[in-house]
Amino acid sequence: MALTETLERDRPAERLADRSDGRLLRRLRDGLPLVARPFLAIGQAIGRSEADVIAAIRDLVETGAASRFGVIVDHAALGFTANAMVVWDVPDERVDAVGAALGGRRGVSLCYRRPRRPPVWPYNLFTMIHGRDRDEVRALVEELAAGCDLAGVPRELLFTARRFKQTAPCYGRDRRA
Amino acid sequence: MELDGIDRALINRLQDGLPLTPRPFADVAAELGLDEGTVIDRVAALRRSGVLSRFGPLYNAERMGGGLSLAAMAVPAERFEEVAALVNGFPEVAHNYAREHTLSMWFVLATETPERLFAVAEAIEARTGLAVRLFPKLAEYALDLRFTA
Repeated sequence: MALTETLERDRPAERLADRSDGRLLRRLRDGLPLVARPFLAIGQAIGRSEADVIAAIRDLVETGAASRFGVIVDHAALGFTANAMVVWDVPDERVDAVGAALGGRRGVSLCYRRPRRPPVWPYNLFTMIHGRDRDEVRALVEELAAGCDLAGVPRELLFTARRFKQTAPCYGRDRRA
Repeated sequence: MELDGIDRALINRLQDGLPLTPRPFADVAAELGLDEGTVIDRVAALRRSGVLSRFGPLYNAERMGGGLSLAAMAVPAERFEEVAALVNGFPEVAHNYAREHTLSMWFVLATETPERLFAVAEAIEARTGLAVRLFPKLAEYALDLRFTA
């Protein structure tokens, strides 16, 4: 009898509600507690069971709201200290094919199509390229241009001069605040 | 921070995702032939040193129902510090980088709803007196922020 009651109490009453549980999202924003049972610790802080917290996080990943639950590294600390946003002005009819080709190459962490903003900004394909120094980044860009038939395509390298802020998006903000 | 083979193995493994199990560090430890206490201590040290900048969900903004856009401003060099402080003061600004270009400040806006993007961009314009250009994503071809340690 006691066991049944426990199971009843621990079962998520409404899975959909988990997706918008602001307390859980805010707690996750602070980072995972580094203890043997981190999901139990989170649950204790927000008044939910360990199983419930695990189910809610799994839900974020399975629904695609989060692509994974893991660590983000500071690539500069790993020695990737030269970073450039490399932008390309690709004819619109080629941009999907070029984007797919560039996106799969070594050293490219991001590859997005974004709008042009003429006259100041003619570029429609944005990539982030990382290397251990600027020459390595320049060499990678040459390699990409040659490998993806982009020799005649205007491009520009915008090296990162400084990083001012790098935080996680702020979801589950307390709307009363 | 000087990384050894165990640190590198942990960094590479954890970027693929933590097991969603009651004792995730014990499970990772078993995979790598370590013990749970070692994994927790190492991860804590990596986090303190800044090698691991974040431990949690990597959100997909659109599926969260939020707004997300890259944005850029042409900031005169002599105003850079002042404008950076103003822009970084907005909680919706998730990242902000100085880049070598006339459009010299590039930041990411993440808002609770797509409509809020424009309101926040306008608020930044009002506060700084500079035009904010939005570059929302039109198509995604690659997003892989994993780096081999």
